[in-house]
Amino acid sequence: MVVKVFGPAYGACPQRVLTCLVELGLEFELIPIDILSGQHKKPDFLLRQPFGQVPAIEDGDFRLFESRAIIRYYAAKCARDGGVNLYGKTLEERALVDQWLEVEVNNYNSLIYTMVLQLLVLPRMGQGTDLELVRDCKGKLEKVLDVYEERLSKSKYLAGEEFTIADVSHLPNTRFLMEEGMEDLIKGRKNVYAWWIDISSRPSWKKVMEFLI
Amino acid sequence: MAAAAPVRVYGPPFSSAVSRVLACLLEKDVPFQLQPVNMAKGEHKKPDYLKIQPFGQVPAFQDESITLFESRAISRYVCEKYSTKGNKGLYGTNPLEKASIDQWLEGEGQNFNPPSSVLVFQLAFAPRMKIKQDESLIKQNKAKLAKVLDVYEKRLGESRYLAGEEFTLADLSHIPNTHYLVNVCERDELFASRENVERWWGEISSRESWRKVVDMQKSPPRG
Ligand SMILES: N[C@@H](CCC(=O)N[C@@H](CS)C(=O)NCC(=O)O)C(=O)O
Repeated sequence: MVVKVFGPAYGACPQRVLTCLVELGLEFELIPIDILSGQHKKPDFLLRQPFGQVPAIEDGDFRLFESRAIIRYYAAKCARDGGVNLYGKTLEERALVDQWLEVEVNNYNSLIYTMVLQLLVLPRMGQGTDLELVRDCKGKLEKVLDVYEERLSKSKYLAGEEFTIADVSHLPNTRFLMEEGMEDLIKGRKNVYAWWIDISSRPSWKKVMEFLI
Repeated sequence: MAAAAPVRVYGPPFSSAVSRVLACLLEKDVPFQLQPVNMAKGEHKKPDYLKIQPFGQVPAFQDESITLFESRAISRYVCEKYSTKGNKGLYGTNPLEKASIDQWLEGEGQNFNPPSSVLVFQLAFAPRMKIKQDESLIKQNKAKLAKVLDVYEKRLGESRYLAGEEFTLADLSHIPNTHYLVNVCERDELFASRENVERWWGEISSRESWRKVVDMQKSPPRG
């Protein structure tokens, strides 16, 4: 069954899902949703995603939203079926993947999301940027990345020695830092930088980046 | 005294994230020991604690095979590890149920939790800590939360609980913040004005597991 992914390829949250599907070798079809014209807030789309956010997926008669619920679902399925394993081999390994996925949502994404909004989205809508808020987020992010640096000095990937969906989940937002003038946050930390180089040179991420061209 | 339980939870029960884990352990009938962390004294930022939770947040969790943090990751692990104990359906019994639970659990973490945490702090904790309330922040987050609750109202008109017909981790995860908003602050129209949300809250908040957590919040064990 081909997985239908609803969302624009430039969205960080759809990218998380697309990268995961490519990694797992699953077939999918990307169905663009035009955020700029507000298609994600129209009744049709709200039936797929009641909060009016992208992405959402459809797989036969199964529907799901929330990017991290989607990647957990497919990663668990592939691992169970004996395919690629991006979600830990034991209960404990899986718990660490979940732990770093939660860290990504709560400590990483929350700050970068605010910065993306302030630096990219609001100006495009003709509104001003709250520079003080951006500075505050950046300061907090420094501290979060210090913990990552320490963690990545002890293990190759966030959840351990294997690449997992916890790493996948960090790709879109880290790209934002690299491309919007905040690469120092990453480059200034040896282990974080090596990790970024490693995960962003995977064929899956390169393929997702090709959708943007 | 019973022998030391193998499961340890670090943090004070008044913290929403800590009480999420406690409610989960109680649902699963897993004995645990609560290890106090005195946040007023900044114990959660001291080197000893940072060894088990490098971000300096509560809770942290330990059993004989793992040290873990992040309340929702801990809860998932507890459900998987003790799959045959207590409430066996708390994290679903098949992949499709799990997916639905994860979907609404993510919704809780990202749509419900941010505005409700601000409101809990502003309405319940700030007055006690003699911090001045920020009216515009309160207004803004009430509006955000109202939108999320509109989605829940519709959803809970279609199914008894968020992820389906059974009480799951997705519902449980909402209890700690909602408890403060409904009980500690003045009774709030946000929940009571929505028929299905009100019915749902009545059901989930009267579970024995949560009532025990409330007791622990009233008389935290001394350490
Ligand atoms: N927790 C959701 C968040 C989705 C989300 O924030 N999507 C963004 C794009 S990355 C969006 O739809 N923004 C438009 C909006 O919220 O109006 C998920 O991970 O799927």
